Amino acid sequence: MPIKLGEASYKERIQSGIENDFMRGAVSSAQGRFRSGRLKAAEELGNWEDWRTRGEEIRTHTLENIDFYLQQLSDEVSKRGGKVFFAETAEEANEYINNVVKEKEAKKVVKSKSMVTEEIGLNEALEEAGSEVIETDLGEWILQMDEDPPSHIVTPALHKNKEQIRETFASKKGYKNSDMPEELATFAREQLRKEFLSADVGITGCNFAVTESGAITFVTNEGNARLVTSLPDTQISVMGMERLAPTWEDMEVLVSLLTRAAVGQKLTSYVTAITGTRLEDEVDGPEEYHLVIVDNGRSKILGTEFQSALHCIRCAACINVCPVYRHVGGHSYNSVYPGPIGAVLTPLLDGYDDHKELPYASTLCAACTDACPVKIPLHEQLIRHREIIVEREKKSPKSEQMMMEGFAQWASHPAAYKLSARMARTSLKPWTKDEIIKNGPGPLKGWTDVRDFPAPSKQSFRSWFKSRQKKERGQ
Amino acid sequence: MSIQNRDSFLQNVANHLGRPRKTEQVERSSFTVAPQWEVFKDHTQDELADELEAHCKVIHTTCKRTTVSELPHVLWETVKGYDGKSVIASDDKRNDAFGVTSFYKELEEQGVEFQLWNPSDGHYNMEFAERADVGITFSDITLAESGTVTLFNNSGNGRAISLLPRTYIAIIPKSTLVPRMTQAAKHIHDANQDGHPVSSCVSFITGPSNSADIEMNLIVGVHGPVEVTYIIVE
Repeated sequence: MPIKLGEASYKERIQSGIENDFMRGAVSSAQGRFRSGRLKAAEELGNWEDWRTRGEEIRTHTLENIDFYLQQLSDEVSKRGGKVFFAETAEEANEYINNVVKEKEAKKVVKSKSMVTEEIGLNEALEEAGSEVIETDLGEWILQMDEDPPSHIVTPALHKNKEQIRETFASKKGYKNSDMPEELATFAREQLRKEFLSADVGITGCNFAVTESGAITFVTNEGNARLVTSLPDTQISVMGMERLAPTWEDMEVLVSLLTRAAVGQKLTSYVTAITGTRLEDEVDGPEEYHLVIVDNGRSKILGTEFQSALHCIRCAACINVCPVYRHVGGHSYNSVYPGPIGAVLTPLLDGYDDHKELPYASTLCAACTDACPVKIPLHEQLIRHREIIVEREKKSPKSEQMMMEGFAQWASHPAAYKLSARMARTSLKPWTKDEIIKNGPGPLKGWTDVRDFPAPSKQSFRSWFKSRQKKERGQ
Repeated sequence: MSIQNRDSFLQNVANHLGRPRKTEQVERSSFTVAPQWEVFKDHTQDELADELEAHCKVIHTTCKRTTVSELPHVLWETVKGYDGKSVIASDDKRNDAFGVTSFYKELEEQGVEFQLWNPSDGHYNMEFAERADVGITFSDITLAESGTVTLFNNSGNGRAISLLPRTYIAIIPKSTLVPRMTQAAKHIHDANQDGHPVSSCVSFITGPSNSADIEMNLIVGVHGPVEVTYIIVE
């Protein structure tokens, strides 16, 4: 699937998110755990703000000089026997990868988790060309069997419970055991081992590419990315063009920020850095290596006020603190990148037309900005998006435009204002009981469906103020 | 053609940045902060070993401390504890000095199936590793803060040894301990600058594989080893 998940409207998606009680429970408990993990890891360091500053400095410098660092990276990978393809669009990337797979006469492709391959719709492109593609991250494997998109960028199957997963394993793979997570994982290990051993091509994403030496780094816990990079003879890594760390020392700081901000770990079980092809006397690792560097709309963000959105290291800390994500869940964003960073990034990559609601999926509480390990001013960028949508794109909803025009008329005519303030109480009377409106008409309905609305007061503020002034003057 | 579409791609990037394309090594201004160098700054090797041992509890890893003379005995106990009927190990230049070579001979004499990683056996190494109960390697650099062993994989130390077997044992010479990943990264950076190319695969391994993908429950042991023991050697 491309960056957009489907055709259902934003409103419909939110409705189904809010009505999904299991998902909401799962998200809020996951948010709690992620958040406390991150805070504990930060507290242990004692100087977390210095770490964030260092991270911001690395990312700012890297993006300002991204053309040099991409050149250096491609030179180094090529020196180590790798082939590098620069893809301006998703189509170019998919076509190149399909050609490699075709040339190798590969039947089976194993993949480790990669957001950028979700973004460019690689799996669909490969499947259309007749390849079998197997996701090997536990969460991604579950979603692939269910043909369900990810709802979180770190734990993609967060919205599913173990009973649903057991059911999926049983119907799709003949699983017969219980819904204990350990048993489910053991089954996945056995099933996927067979796939790893028989795969012709391995495809990975990339957490950070170390440009000084051409090392592509993966930050993982399950070990599937190590299997994907160790067993198949042909390997392809796909990366968004901004996923760079100039030196090993920069990479180290970014990895330390990522694992702490994402899951509160000092390091994940595996941080693996692979460089080009295996050497002549080595027997595992790929004999053919390809690196695909994807633009797909990123370059348009460079040089704009949104450039720092490209500093993102995909830790999901902003998602894990967002009160809106907590209630609507990942699928509501209709993007492979949900949460605050998704609301900033998706309209930039895919245009405002399909995603104009996203910048409004925020309370502007700034929790995301505070949580970001590389200090992206997320809530400020959301405000800027809103300004652009209203002023430049003129894409605010028609009803809002009419309402605003009406409000301007109404508020600038004191007689009309006075009259309607007095009328409000009377006209809402049919819906009012004990000074509370429970099932309001028209635009009030959205509010009163979930909470009560107080009835307009008997006395308007203006008349109250007038009489108070009179009293004070002793009249 | 090993690099395709680069010039048009990078020119477009430079255009968006509103300046000519940069092709020469760029200057870096110095950083305002360096918190990564503060961690365990003045720790001795013994204190680092203590930190490592303490962190092993967090990463579900068994930690043992021993001496060179006792190492074969501790290895034997560990392999037995893992019900190890087949063992694969790296061909490491430290095997002799740490008495591990003779230990491996004894394993075979005791009826344990054993494979020393050998490039001339080709793919057989991986097939063996896939069904092996135990994989054994040395740590090249050990990170005390995170409980991480660093392996520079090479022709004698295949990637699969620490990955495919059901369990994994890392032998950690105390001298390999450093405070954290910062020192390992600097080592690799400096070596690279001095013209020593980095290994085709550098593996930073922190305990057994795990996942939290099912209802956020921690599952220890997914695609990689299910159980891990570190043996710190004086």
